[in-house]
Amino acid sequence: MDQVKNFTKGFIRENPVFVLLLGMCPTLGVTSSAINGLGMGLATTFVLVMANIVVSLVKSQIPDKVRIPAFIVIIATFVTVVELVMQAYVPALFESLGLFIPLIVVNCIVLGRAEAFASKNNLVSSLIDGLGMGLGFSFALTLLGGIREILGSGKIFNITIFPEDYVMLLFVLAPGAFIVLGYLIAIINKMKKA
Amino acid sequence: MSNLLTVSPSPHVHSDDSVQKIMYRVIVAMIPALIWSVVVFGVDALRVTLIAVAASVGFEYLVQRYVMKVKPSVSDGSALITGMLLAFNVPANLPWWIIIIGAFVSIGIGKLSFGGIGTNIFNPALVGRVFLLISFPVQMTSYPAPSGSGVDAVTAPTPLGLLKEGLMNGQPISEIAGNLPAATDLLMGSTGGSLGEISALMLIIGGIYMLLRKVITWHTPVAVLGSMFVVAAIFWMIDPETYIGPAYHLLTGGAMLGAIFMATDMVSSPMTGKGQLIYGVGIGVITMSIRLFGAYPEGISFAILIMNAFTPLINNSVKPKRFGGKK
Amino acid sequence: MAKRESTFINMLLVLTLVALIAAGTLGFVYVLTEDAIAEAKIKAQNEAIQSVVPGFDEIRETIVVNPDEGPEDLEIFPAYAGGELVGVAVKSYSMNGFSGHIGVMVGLDLKGNITGYQVLGHKETPGLGSKMGIWFNNADKPGQYVIGRNPGTAKLEVSKDGGEVDAITASTITSRAFLEALNRAHAGFAEKILPELNKSVTTP
Repeated sequence: MDQVKNFTKGFIRENPVFVLLLGMCPTLGVTSSAINGLGMGLATTFVLVMANIVVSLVKSQIPDKVRIPAFIVIIATFVTVVELVMQAYVPALFESLGLFIPLIVVNCIVLGRAEAFASKNNLVSSLIDGLGMGLGFSFALTLLGGIREILGSGKIFNITIFPEDYVMLLFVLAPGAFIVLGYLIAIINKMKKA
Repeated sequence: MSNLLTVSPSPHVHSDDSVQKIMYRVIVAMIPALIWSVVVFGVDALRVTLIAVAASVGFEYLVQRYVMKVKPSVSDGSALITGMLLAFNVPANLPWWIIIIGAFVSIGIGKLSFGGIGTNIFNPALVGRVFLLISFPVQMTSYPAPSGSGVDAVTAPTPLGLLKEGLMNGQPISEIAGNLPAATDLLMGSTGGSLGEISALMLIIGGIYMLLRKVITWHTPVAVLGSMFVVAAIFWMIDPETYIGPAYHLLTGGAMLGAIFMATDMVSSPMTGKGQLIYGVGIGVITMSIRLFGAYPEGISFAILIMNAFTPLINNSVKPKRFGGKK
Repeated sequence: MAKRESTFINMLLVLTLVALIAAGTLGFVYVLTEDAIAEAKIKAQNEAIQSVVPGFDEIRETIVVNPDEGPEDLEIFPAYAGGELVGVAVKSYSMNGFSGHIGVMVGLDLKGNITGYQVLGHKETPGLGSKMGIWFNNADKPGQYVIGRNPGTAKLEVSKDGGEVDAITASTITSRAFLEALNRAHAGFAEKILPELNKSVTTP
């Protein structure tokens, strides 16, 4: 398998958010700013990579009928690790992501890659797949968060671009997430066709 | 003209109506309310309307020409109406750049993203209005006092705003009533409020004109206002100290504007009379729920948008019987 | 490598093993991060106290008080400089925000004047009620500036209710709740700290 292609497919061609439409809950929920999107994306990337590695290592030892519970326990372990570490070393980010960190467990993209890719491929491919998908997810969330932050609070990564009197609050609220995501998907579709 | 050779399924009924003619009748129907708002709010009302109309028509042309790359259809007058309705739904002292954002959202997101006239699910002017209300809550809820000059920066709360404020403070209706404008003021429209919603009378005149010229049918407005009346009356009879009388609800806020001009939008409302009755009752009930129990004092914009989303479903379930079809 | 058969004993073994390893890993990480998490929490609280009470070098034992038998206790953090009490930070709250609970850390000097405040948590409408963090802290607008006011001499109220504080535009309810939290903080201060101070003044 071409490892370069395996790595880059997560960015546009098989982007988890824009193309596969997986993991919509954190995508819409936490992207009110670029830093939240990036933080969430990187936390998910860590879980994806670790879960993919472990699953590809133990795949032949796990009986078929209990593979999903086993995968979920593995994923949940890494999510809890991320949660504890974030709470200890980046408490501010942990506060703003809040409930969405434990929810990485049920993020379809993590279980989806474990089930569809890591349980069928070797260690190196699985690692690269997890990294590519995770970074594609981070890229999508940061882009979404960045656009919403600029339009909705006049800042990007907390650097003020224009005064707060001119911001469109809708974009930091839930409807803004849907509208921006819709237009981003439209643009990606257009790009893929061209 | 290639249009003359279009083959389409029957029935081939000829009518003198065209999109253009209908749209211009709607515009005529809006003139009384517009004139009245200029009388009440001064030149500012005209300023808001002109900016909204110019921006709507401009965005429709630009987006169709350069983004969608189709022949612009601005001459059908629908963008003009969207602009006017948007202006009717905002305070007369709104800064120009907010109006332009509103027009862009109405036309760009509300209408052309769905494919343009005939294919938009939601009423474009309301999409713009609600976008502005959520994005710029301070500017969108600071209504100018009806002074006639439009130069002083005095703001006046809307009658519904006064009511909500009083109720949230725990005052009974009998105590708030003294601050509320009289019914004749509401009918004539010398209170605070959005540009086009203040005078119930002028809106009714426009509505009657549209009914006579067969631009709209009676179903939607009657269903909206009727169901609002019934819901308000039930609660008023239960506890007149917490819920104000039904007549007050019909005359305040966007009730008349919404029922006559916004809910009747041909594209986003159901096609059959029966469908329009269901749709109208839905709007009335949701509006009253928001007014009585919601955080916002007024909810007809939200109600119409919610029911717009149900329109395809309603159309599907109340199809008229096929000619000659079985019962 | 052949897949392990899905027999009962295999499934039992594998799942038990997976769960055990997971539990072990988590226990290990928990021990590693335990101290850091506790430290981060204290640091966040100290930062909040520092931003509302100026110039102290020591926080003594927390005093818990509930001045109006409300649903939550207030925590008072006495701030000392060189062994002398210089002010207190009170963790106060209001349940009457537009969307419920608002938590505020309020700094008071020994006379009960507000020296600063920091909003700890709220669910108010963005762009309206959420402005309370800066609105009441704006020294350029004396009408809305609460720093230096004393809720003990005149209860803080919005001008609409006959008070002296200008409410946030279009957010009277949030403003009212915010001022309630400030008043409550002062009530806690008046109940626990003021009597002590008066005692030490009368018996030098």
